Amino acid sequence: MATAAAAKEQLFPSARRRRNLDPVILAAGAFIGVLVLVAILAPWIAPYNPNAATILAANQGVSAAHWLGTDPTGRDLLSRLIWGARLSLLGPALIVLIATALGTVLAIASAWIGGLFDQLVSRVMDLLFAFPGLVLAMIAVAMFGKGLVAPVVALSIAYTPYITRVLRSAASRERSLPYVAACYVGGVSARSICSRHLLPNVFPLLLTQSTISFGSALVTLAAVSYLGLGIQPPTATWGFMVSTGQSSILAGHPAESLEAGILIVVTVVAFNLLGDRLAGRRSLQAL
Amino acid sequence: MPETAPPAVEVRNLVKVFHLRRARGARRRSVKSLVAVDHVSFSVGQGRSLAVVGESGSGKTTLARMVVGLERPTSGEIAVGGRERRSTRVGSRERRHRAREVQIVFQDPYSSLDPRQTVGRCIEEMLRLHFDADRAGRLTRVAELLDQVGLDERHAPAYPRALSGGQRQRVAIARALACEPRVLICDEAVASLDVSIQAQVLNLLSDIRDRIGVSYLFISHDLAVVRQVSDEILVMKNGRVVEHGPTDRVLDEPADTYTKLLLSAIPRPGWHPVAESDPQPVAT
Ligand SMILES: Nc1ncnc2c1ncn2[C@@H]1O[C@H](COP(=O)(O)OP(=O)(O)OP(=O)(O)O)[C@@H](O)[C@H]1O
Ligand SMILES: [Mg+2]
Repeated sequence: MATAAAAKEQLFPSARRRRNLDPVILAAGAFIGVLVLVAILAPWIAPYNPNAATILAANQGVSAAHWLGTDPTGRDLLSRLIWGARLSLLGPALIVLIATALGTVLAIASAWIGGLFDQLVSRVMDLLFAFPGLVLAMIAVAMFGKGLVAPVVALSIAYTPYITRVLRSAASRERSLPYVAACYVGGVSARSICSRHLLPNVFPLLLTQSTISFGSALVTLAAVSYLGLGIQPPTATWGFMVSTGQSSILAGHPAESLEAGILIVVTVVAFNLLGDRLAGRRSLQAL
Repeated sequence: MPETAPPAVEVRNLVKVFHLRRARGARRRSVKSLVAVDHVSFSVGQGRSLAVVGESGSGKTTLARMVVGLERPTSGEIAVGGRERRSTRVGSRERRHRAREVQIVFQDPYSSLDPRQTVGRCIEEMLRLHFDADRAGRLTRVAELLDQVGLDERHAPAYPRALSGGQRQRVAIARALACEPRVLICDEAVASLDVSIQAQVLNLLSDIRDRIGVSYLFISHDLAVVRQVSDEILVMKNGRVVEHGPTDRVLDEPADTYTKLLLSAIPRPGWHPVAESDPQPVAT
């Protein structure tokens, strides 16, 4: 039966390929997974109430009681980072989700319909590109007030062109391939061609693009928080912690800004690495 | 054949003009046009086969794409099975109906199958659209179709990347046959396959014709291939028909100088290609 097994292997090489996962994808994925878990489990794993001020414990260094030290009002930094993970990750997740959904629909519709619709979408996206996300977020905050909703909506719109542009060109490349023509001639409806053929074929690219956008959205949203336009205190977010911690840096207590800053950087790097590696695998799979 | 049966495909004075727009920013008026198909007329009887030959760029693919509705004719008429095709902008209901009339197999077997769809699902997709059978019925039919094109059930769960070019082309043929069309257009369907596989696929095609009585529109620039599969030949040059007649007559006593030129460019019977594994000194 050795030949049958060999024939099967030849027909289904993917089964074997899936087994040797890229270690970078594994590491970055694991890190992100742990972050998400920590965010979800915050109430159970945070050692302290993140907003409980204890003036007596102000500006403490690393200790057995406070693993990452405390801030000027004596709040436990580890607990604040853990609770902060919730909104710091939820914000970018919402942004990427909305931008990806919008971008994918626009991209595939543009590629399929073409013509005037395609040109119109392209022009609108060019226009949006002209506004940096941060500026758009600031305008939204000025109009609708501080908090999570206005910056998230603004940044979702700001990130849509990034997704749309990349996916549109990929989708129109797919659309021009004979297999799409064959489906068309076979009588497959436009909606089925888009959802069952174009979408799955641009999906790997969609995944990379939204993963990389996640890192970028996290930084931009952190910047919004840093400027004091996002979630309002005392609720912790990493971006806002970088900002509040600044005042104590000069006093010789850099822990708050530093820890939050490092966490942001490492998270962004993890997302970018993941996106990058997924992109690499995508080009491999195309063979 | 009764005189009353309408031809499987009839094309009258078909014209396609492409407008090649200059690069963006150039003057709007500077539009060049290219006549890819120039007043072509022909008809293919039921169960008959017509070969369209001509050099690269002579408009063969454009002609085929118009017949299946992938390209809108600039002018002219197309009738399939006696039914006029007036517009290419039709709803999916009419498109489903047309799918039962004409199917096409493309040249490049590497891009004519969806890389993310298994062979079985690819064929099943067509079956689900056109017939109301339950899943078990569809799977039986998939196995039947795969068998018909010289593959077997074992290939149904495979992705195209696991198949060779010849096998993929067979899948593309099976997908086209799944619609049970009355006309099958093969646009250089064997051109990219190596010679022995070519012969197999050609045999398969003539076999299918004998069995289910489908008509062929066979596009090729290889006149040797054409002799095997077609009753009639249409020779095209720069979008125009330069010669049209029964295969043997056109190939043995070409009337047009261009056809003679095409014929002289192909290996004739008696010419044996040297096998690659058998290098011979080049005569000087
Ligand atoms: N979408 C298009 N836009 C502009 N020009 C086109 C388009 N499609 C085809 N053409 C032109 O029309 C002419 C005929 O092309 P067509 O593909 O029909 O030739 P062909 O006979 O199939 O050639 P080949 O043997 O190389 O496949 C060519 O000059 C080609 O450049
Ligand atoms: Mg062609």
